[in-house]
Amino acid sequence: MVSADSIRVDYGARRALDDVSLVVGAGEWHGILGPNGSGKSTLFRVLATLLKPASGRFVVAGETDPARIRRRIGVVFQSQSLDQKLTLAQNMTAQGNLYGLSGARFRERIGKLLWQFHLNGRENEPVNQLSGGLARRVEIAKALLHEPSVLLLDEPTTGLDPTARREWLELLTDLRHERELTVLVTTHILDEAERCDRLTLLHEGRVVTGGTPAELKGQVGGDVVEFGTADPARVAAQYPMFEARVGDGWVRFETPNGARFAAQAADALPGVIQTIAIQKPTLEDVFLRTTGARL
Amino acid sequence: MNFLLPAWALTRREFQRFWGERSRVAGFVISPLLFWIVVGSGFGNLDYFFAGALTMTVMFSAMFSMMSLIEDRREGFLLSVLVSPAPRASIVVGKVAGAAILAWLQGLFVLSGVFFTTLRQDALTLAGVAGALLLTALLLTTVSYVIAWKLSSTQAFHAVINLLLVPAWMLSGAIFDPLFSFLWVRLLVQFNPLYYAHSLVRQFLAPGPGLPEISNCCWALATSIGIGAVLAVRSTK
Repeated sequence: MVSADSIRVDYGARRALDDVSLVVGAGEWHGILGPNGSGKSTLFRVLATLLKPASGRFVVAGETDPARIRRRIGVVFQSQSLDQKLTLAQNMTAQGNLYGLSGARFRERIGKLLWQFHLNGRENEPVNQLSGGLARRVEIAKALLHEPSVLLLDEPTTGLDPTARREWLELLTDLRHERELTVLVTTHILDEAERCDRLTLLHEGRVVTGGTPAELKGQVGGDVVEFGTADPARVAAQYPMFEARVGDGWVRFETPNGARFAAQAADALPGVIQTIAIQKPTLEDVFLRTTGARL
Repeated sequence: MNFLLPAWALTRREFQRFWGERSRVAGFVISPLLFWIVVGSGFGNLDYFFAGALTMTVMFSAMFSMMSLIEDRREGFLLSVLVSPAPRASIVVGKVAGAAILAWLQGLFVLSGVFFTTLRQDALTLAGVAGALLLTALLLTTVSYVIAWKLSSTQAFHAVINLLLVPAWMLSGAIFDPLFSFLWVRLLVQFNPLYYAHSLVRQFLAPGPGLPEISNCCWALATSIGIGAVLAVRSTK
């Protein structure tokens, strides 16, 4: 449904995307995971037809012409794209009209979407009086107005408080059960990424790895043990048989049995290890393992 | 893809935003009249400055309406317009039409002050002036669109406007008659679209010697609007 082949984007002398390729199947929820500055928003802008790549090609919903792609995609931006001075209904109407929609069926569709996203009864409220969470719901209702086959979401929960973020994720889960929709979401938030069918990990403008969340976490295996210490190099040197990642005040090991290893290390290095955390591998561990950087 | 519906959506939005901002509505009514009365009284002749006040009213309204393009980009609304399949030309037409109509209405409101002057007031004159003000509004909104599209801040927009449009208005004949100016001014006004806008208004209200013909004014304005529209569509991406 979405494919990108060897996309390259330069901002002046800086290369923002370098030979990026990905394939997203129909009905798939695909996450682009990476830290700030990894190029995921640039890739989003390319696929949303806002930015022409220096080279490479991309196909969205079978279309390559930007004007045709625009008919098939719904887009939710990281920042708000609503007119703050208009009411919710005025925003929805303007959006539909931009897609050539009008008439009784269109009004009926607005009503259905507002009901689905628990926004009914608020049609005449100015958008600037809605909470951040409600405004986000309007954004997604607006993006679905023309019944797109592909939904592009750019860091959709940025700026939301934890409650609003949880509500948003529940909303997306409901949406997923209700309609056949291909979704491509950029994020650096792990629980958002965990909900995707497949992920592409992006770092410094390049694809570093990809797969299902389970496959990616399987690359790490066993347990992840993180020690908080003032001397991480010394702790890492103590266990050369394990792969260690050293950071500022921490050192991380991947081991088959985290609990036993942590107990041995605490005995062997009394006073050096200040804190111990044992956990199953997360996508952050995958990212750390493949790039050496944290999300 | 439908051309008119997206354009109408953007035009209607300009009106909705205008009515939603009380200070703009007040400014719409009061400031142009005040300007005309104060400056006209300063000249000791309300007739003399009336045509200049009309073009100035339209100019400021058009410029400030089009400044919203920069706000649209900053607030994100423009992004949702650009990812829609609306033809780029319909985006320009919608935005320009909304701002131009608001500027034109403001000009018409000030035109009602003609009944307090000794200028011509017959129906044909008023219709001619209304047409001239519409062309002026279209010219200024199109030019402002092209300028606003290139800029990322309202401060920069103000700076460019002060550098380009305000001097162009001063050299339009609104303040002094270019016929009696230095040679370089007389040459420069020939290439100033606002000179033709102001002259067209004068041709209907108070025709006098030395003004360009009505047909020449219309051609000059239509050509300038056409060039502006092409530049605006090309820059919208």
